[in-house]
Amino acid sequence: MLTIKNLHAEVEGKKILKGINLEINKGEMHAIMGPNGSGKSSLASVLAGRDNYTVTEGEVWFNGKNLLDMAPEDRAREGVFLAFQYPVEIPGVSNLNFLKTALNEIRAYKGLPALEAREFLKLTKEKQQLVDFHSNLMNRSLNEGFSGGEKKRNEIFQLAMLDPQLAILDETDSGLDIDALRIVSNGVNKLRDAEKSFVVITHYQRLLEYIIPDFVHVLYNGRIIKTGTKELALELEERGYDWLKEELHLKESV
Amino acid sequence: MTSDMILPFYQALTEDVNALSAQVPSLATDTLQDVRRKALERFSTIGLPTLKTEAWRYTNIQRYLKEFPYELLSTASCVPEDVVNSTAIPELDCYRIVLVNGHLQAEQSTLPQGKGITVGAMSAHTTAPGFAAYFNEQQHLAAESMAQLNTALFADGLYIELAANTVIDKPIHVVHVYSCTAHAFIQPRHLWVLNRNAAATIIETSIHPETNTIAFANSVLETVVMENAELWHYNVQQGAESFREVHTTAAQQHKDSRYHHFNFTLPGTPFTRNNLSVALNGSHTETNLNGLYIASKHQHVDNHTFMDHIMPDCNSNELYKGVLLDNANGVFTGKILVHQEAQKTNAFQQNNNLLLGTKADINSQPQLEIYADDVKCSHGFTAGQFSEESMFYLRSRGIGEDAAKALMVNAFSHDITDAVKVPALQHFLQTQIAEIMNN
Repeated sequence: MLTIKNLHAEVEGKKILKGINLEINKGEMHAIMGPNGSGKSSLASVLAGRDNYTVTEGEVWFNGKNLLDMAPEDRAREGVFLAFQYPVEIPGVSNLNFLKTALNEIRAYKGLPALEAREFLKLTKEKQQLVDFHSNLMNRSLNEGFSGGEKKRNEIFQLAMLDPQLAILDETDSGLDIDALRIVSNGVNKLRDAEKSFVVITHYQRLLEYIIPDFVHVLYNGRIIKTGTKELALELEERGYDWLKEELHLKESV
Repeated sequence: MTSDMILPFYQALTEDVNALSAQVPSLATDTLQDVRRKALERFSTIGLPTLKTEAWRYTNIQRYLKEFPYELLSTASCVPEDVVNSTAIPELDCYRIVLVNGHLQAEQSTLPQGKGITVGAMSAHTTAPGFAAYFNEQQHLAAESMAQLNTALFADGLYIELAANTVIDKPIHVVHVYSCTAHAFIQPRHLWVLNRNAAATIIETSIHPETNTIAFANSVLETVVMENAELWHYNVQQGAESFREVHTTAAQQHKDSRYHHFNFTLPGTPFTRNNLSVALNGSHTETNLNGLYIASKHQHVDNHTFMDHIMPDCNSNELYKGVLLDNANGVFTGKILVHQEAQKTNAFQQNNNLLLGTKADINSQPQLEIYADDVKCSHGFTAGQFSEESMFYLRSRGIGEDAAKALMVNAFSHDITDAVKVPALQHFLQTQIAEIMNN
């Protein structure tokens, strides 16, 4: 579904990603872990098309299409979704209107008619329950005055509504208390199916107790330096990242 | 266009304005004729505004007056019902009052009726008590030569007077039709008086149905909001390409009164100048001035506002927001004058702009003159583009750039549209804004 080949990217001349290779197949859950500044969020940003990143080398293919050639909205319409680490507050744009616009733009791209008001509301009600997203938040301005937990739940709610093929969750767990974490993780788990893939970017192993990954990748200094299964996350939790860094230096000095 | 065609009207304005006064009907009484004569004298003394006139520094009105060979038009012609109906605001339950070139069209209007309600043509009410007391009484008009020109040469307009304790149950929708078979300069004059405890909601819209003739309106409205009365006043300007407008509103408020003024200028008319002044002649008043201007192409929109805090303990809030597309040009002036006696004044002003066109610009000037020492006054100005982070957020959800901009403009203007108290009008404006941004 998604193939990343030797991806290099920089911001304002600073090299951030230095040759990422990653293959994600249908239905897989990938976790990307790594210390601060390793390039985790940058990878998410490059995939979603944030324009202050310049890709200097490499390729990204999504369902056979060149993702890097597409505008951010077209990536979303093709089925890539980024749950933001810091969701933006937009006063004056109601949550409901925003979602309706997004959904219908995606449908139009796929040649589908706009959803009827009734269908839209039905879908909204159904998906709200997934993340316990209160109806009174729906009519409020997008994320305005939402608590940290409400914002993250809103991201997962949008994910449920827009139903992408590939969801990238950028530190969705950071800043969440244990209850909110459980709600968010449950939401994600309910959305998992054989067609949908996830990339979960996180600092903390804690999230991976709730969302069980098929693969765990460690990103360090702009590269994936180790790939393993969920046991790797546990090991990282116990031992930190230093042993991996040492391993890497030994390898490189040979 | 050749200059000798243009000259007669423009030349008359600049050289021989007396000749024009022969073309307008005279007013009913000698006193009023005297008011006219004085206004004409005053206009001759001040002359047309130039770029050296402080209040017109960024707006070259002469350019627009010279643009076409206007003639002074003081009469009305019949305007088909479907033209008038096209101005209807969907779902708005209202009294519709139709004026053609300032002349009331009784058969096309539904006038509110009942005890204490006087609604009719200005020309038919020159002896009404409100007219006698307030016509041309507002001192702010004296400084403005275009208002003097109107006083000197107007033909007719809408007179509204609500007796004490009279409340109109539905909004009044005043439809200004400007219709002409040749390029015309049209000058309506209105006076609305709300006596003690009276309340009304009045919505103004305008239409110039012809595309091949240019109508230039120079209208003046005086509103008087007496003790504890309340007026909600909306002016929606979405004129045609073939329309130009100088729109002067001079309001005065008395003790405990509330005046809520909304001005919406949407794309269309190439030239709009709004003069709005509010004189606070009583204490404990509340004034809200809300403005939203969305201008496109080579449109020039100038909002010139003046909050005159004469008496103590008054509150005023002014919020003007602008969205300037293409080559549009915006001007905002917000004068707040707090007299020495006007202690405990709260006067706030804000002007925010989105500059979206590559050649769009805004000239904004707050003018605060404060002579009292126990007041709270503030002003602020911003001009900027969309937040990139917000744009990216919307686009990352599949919303295309244009739709994202439309959402953002709606968001930008929401504190103005949200304050609109008539749901049908609010919905109408939101729809209009969305349509503008989607095109």
